[in-house]
Parts: sequence; structure tokens; C-alpha cells
Amino acid sequence: MTNSASGQPPLIRARGLTKTFGDRTAVAGIDFEVRDGEFFGFLGPNGAGKTTTMRMIAGVSPRTAGELEILGRDPDRDGSLIRAQIGVVHQQETLDMELSVRENLLIFGRFFGMPRPAIAARADELLELFQLADRAKDQVEPLSGGMKRRLSIARSLIASPRILMLDEPTTGLDPQARHLLWDALQRLKRGGTTIVLTTHYMDEAEQLCDRLVVMDEAKIVAEGSPRQLIEQHASREVLELRFPGGTENLDAAVLEGIGDRYERLAERVIIGCENGEAAHARALEHGLSPESWLVRRSSLEDVFLRLTGRSLDE
Amino acid sequence: MIASLAPRALSVFERNIFVYRRQWLMIVTGFFEPLFFLLGIGYGVGGVIGTIPYAGVDVPYAAFVAPALLASSAMNGAIFDSTFNIFYKLKYAKVYDAILSTPVSVGDLAVGELLWSNLRGVIYATAFLLVMVAFGLVHSPLALLAPVGVVFIGFAFGAAGFAITTHLRSWKDFDFLFIVLTPLFLFSATFYPAEIYPGVLRWVVEVSPLTRGTHLIRSLCFGDLNPLMLVDIAYLAVISLIGYRHAVRRLGVLLLK
Repeated sequence: MTNSASGQPPLIRARGLTKTFGDRTAVAGIDFEVRDGEFFGFLGPNGAGKTTTMRMIAGVSPRTAGELEILGRDPDRDGSLIRAQIGVVHQQETLDMELSVRENLLIFGRFFGMPRPAIAARADELLELFQLADRAKDQVEPLSGGMKRRLSIARSLIASPRILMLDEPTTGLDPQARHLLWDALQRLKRGGTTIVLTTHYMDEAEQLCDRLVVMDEAKIVAEGSPRQLIEQHASREVLELRFPGGTENLDAAVLEGIGDRYERLAERVIIGCENGEAAHARALEHGLSPESWLVRRSSLEDVFLRLTGRSLDE
Repeated sequence: MIASLAPRALSVFERNIFVYRRQWLMIVTGFFEPLFFLLGIGYGVGGVIGTIPYAGVDVPYAAFVAPALLASSAMNGAIFDSTFNIFYKLKYAKVYDAILSTPVSVGDLAVGELLWSNLRGVIYATAFLLVMVAFGLVHSPLALLAPVGVVFIGFAFGAAGFAITTHLRSWKDFDFLFIVLTPLFLFSATFYPAEIYPGVLRWVVEVSPLTRGTHLIRSLCFGDLNPLMLVDIAYLAVISLIGYRHAVRRLGVLLLK
């Protein structure tokens, strides 16, 4: 548990990590480890404590209690040394609007103490890699959302960090920009960068993460690879029945008899089962008359629903 | 400690150079204000008054006022940068959130920004010194040290401005700044000696940081070395230190939650 398979110590290790703001507990004693070269995710709804955890790792938020070690160091003591090896992409855009695209990269290199010729070479390489070379001299403001996000990531990579931390990197992006970003992140991972991201998108976590923890109300409620989590916490298939008139009048005994388990949402009933088609047939036999229905494979969405009794976007 | 801190603080300073390479015109505007005061008050009012006693001799009124305008321009340069510009970067542009995700610490950040606001003060003061030389208002080679003297003024007002800015909530709060700056400018032995005021009022004028800065610069411009200049320097240095430490503590509270 303490060490990865190769026997190397983890890059990030937290034990009982806690953060409180006044009497509000943002992170309530969580344990996790991130291994070298891994794509690691914090999945959970807004307010679950993901961003606070990221800030503690990035050394810009002192922890209230517990242990935290990044690259073998304590962020309370060695914040600058740790930050020298971490690239951070904030959820809110923090690009420098008073500088051009390329200048944003150049000055960041200076913040990391890199020599100017090395920065210039690295900046041009990153502009190529993130398809921003033709916008190098432009101001940042008129760039599209997807371009700004790519520039934020390029900027965070200027000093070739060992760990890249991304807080909700695709929130607010259109599907095409999202996929472009996912490709870029996959490339980085293949290049050996350890990536930690937070997301409240199930498909993003499922696509990208080797391993993830599910957070809810300041705690970690599950941990594993997307496949493991689905196998452990969800059944093979899911039957979704839609009731636009509401689900509160449906008989619990009836719902229980359809599949292995069920979750009742405002306008949907979600039924975990081995065979969705067969479950649908049983539902009709029991006299249910949903307006529409669909059968799909279980996803992390169902894991979250099962663990918390809520859907992520509620 | 300072040696290891210096390169990172300088990188924060360097960011401002990047920005102002394109916006240098904004710096130029600050040069004209003291020039207008010199022409309007120094020569206009001075034409009526003629001379004014200073350190036992009668000096032309314009020569008396000019060093004070030089000191004020350094104050204005530092104050405007450490309030308006820093507020924008702190509250709106999220520039500091980005900077603090790098190895740069809040201490580095504050030092870098103070160096920059000071540079602005030094540029204004040096430019105005050249104006004074051109108008024949400089009476001693010691005046060449005036740009060094303004560094103390720049740090004091830059640090105080920075510290105050960390408490401002919105642009509306800036009205308060002008309520402080205008009397500071008018009642800091700028246009007349502090001794004009009776009793306790005089001492109110004497403890104004700008009075101390003005005294320092005026002494240099007239070549009148006196021990009170050490008090000026110490006083401004203490304000710098208190302002800096408070600004750093507040940045921690605001940004490293």
C-alpha cells in the first residue's frame, strides 16, 4: 500500500489530510497516494473538497491536520522547492491579460528561475505542441476558451514539471476543444509526466484516469481504477426508466423486484441489473409505464449514484 | 536569505517591464504633474512672493518648492503603482494566484512589486531633477544624490500603499485614498516651511512621511547636510519595513488560504 509495484515511494502521499475553514470542514481526513507516471483523478461534485486538496498539494494552502508529502517533502516547510517541480492549471483562468501569448510563457520561465535562452527554446516548443505558434504575438484576451486553456497548460509546463495538476480542465469547453485537450494530456502522460486532475465529468475520469478517488462531502468514498470501481460498485448493465411526471408515487416493492438494485431520482429510476432488456420486460410486467427507457453499460456515474445516493450533476 | 530571494523577486519586477514595454506612455504622464506645479506655483506664486528664508538665507521661492515637488513625484509614482496597479493584479487579473503557483513566495512577490513601484518614483524624480537643473534651481552638487534619497520615499509610500491596498474591497474604496493624498501633498512643508504653523499643528506636519522626504531632498538640493536627515531616513525606513511586513502577512491571508 505504501509503495507502488516497482518499490518506488509514491510522488504524493496523504494520510488523514484535513482542512477546515472556521467551522466548515472542506477536507475531512483523507488518505491517498499518487504514483510516478500515473494519471490520477479526484472525481466528485462541486464543493466535495477537490480544489482544496489540489491547493494543499500545490503548496498554496497550509493543511489543518494530517500528513502530506510531495516528492518526499513537506509543503509547509519546502513549498518553493515543491512548487518548482509542479505545474498548476487553475480552474479559473489566471493567464496574464497584460502580456502576449508568448510573453505569458517567457515570464513564467523567469518565475521558475530558468535562464532566458532555455526559456525561449522551451516556449517555442510548447507553442508548437499546443498549436498556438501562429498566435504567439497576440494578446491573450481574444483567444477562444479552448486556446486559453491550452495556453494555461503550456505555461504550466514551461519548467518541465514532474507533476502536472489540473483543476477542472475542461469545464466550459465545447466537445471538440475537450477532445483536443484530452489528446494533449494523453501525450504528456506517455512522455512520463505524472498528472493529477479534478473533474466532475464521469466520461473524463473514465477516459483519462489510471486510478481515481471519488470524493463526496469532504471525504473519499471509493478508490480504484475506473474499471475496478464499476465492477465493485455497479452491476453490468443499467436500465433507465423516465417518468416526467415524477417518481415519488412508484411502489418501492415493485422497483426492488426489477433488478439487483435501484436509485430513485426526480424524474428517473435507475436500475442496476445483469441484463437490461430482461429487466425492462419485468418492469412492464409489474405494470410500470415509463415514458421512455434505455439500456446501457454501467459507468462511473452509476458508481457515484450508488455510493452517495445522488447524481453528480444534482 | 536576501541573496536567495533576489532572483525570484527580480522575476516579479521583470513581469512589469514586459507590461510597460508597451505602455510606457502611461509612465510619461506622471512626469508632467510636478512640472505644472513648478510653473504654476513655483514661478506663478513665486513671482509674487519673490524669496523665502531657508536655512538662514533668502532663496528664490521656485528653488524652495522644486525639491518638494521632486519628493512628491516620487511619492506619487510609488503610491499609484502600489495601489491601483497592485489592486488590479490582486483582485481582478488573478496575476498573483498564477505567480504563487510557481516557486515565488509572497515575500518575493512583495519585494519585486516594491522594487518596481520604486523604480517609477526614481524615474519621475530623475526626470524632474533634470528640469530643475535646466531652470537653474539646483544649488549644490549634492543634488545628484536626490534620486538616491527618493528611494527611501519610494519604499515608504510603496510599502504603505501596498499594505493599504490589501484591505481595499472595491474600486470605490479608492476615494478614501485621495482624501489622504491631497492633504499629504498640501500640508507636508511642500509650499512653505513647517514652522509657519503654530504649536501642535506644526508637529502634525513634521511627522508626515512626505515632510520627512521633502526635508531630505531639500537638504540635498541646497547642499545643507544636517543630522535631521538621518531621522528622515530612519523614519521612512521604519514605515517601509512595517508596510512590507503587513503587506506580506495580508497577501498570505488573502491568497494562501
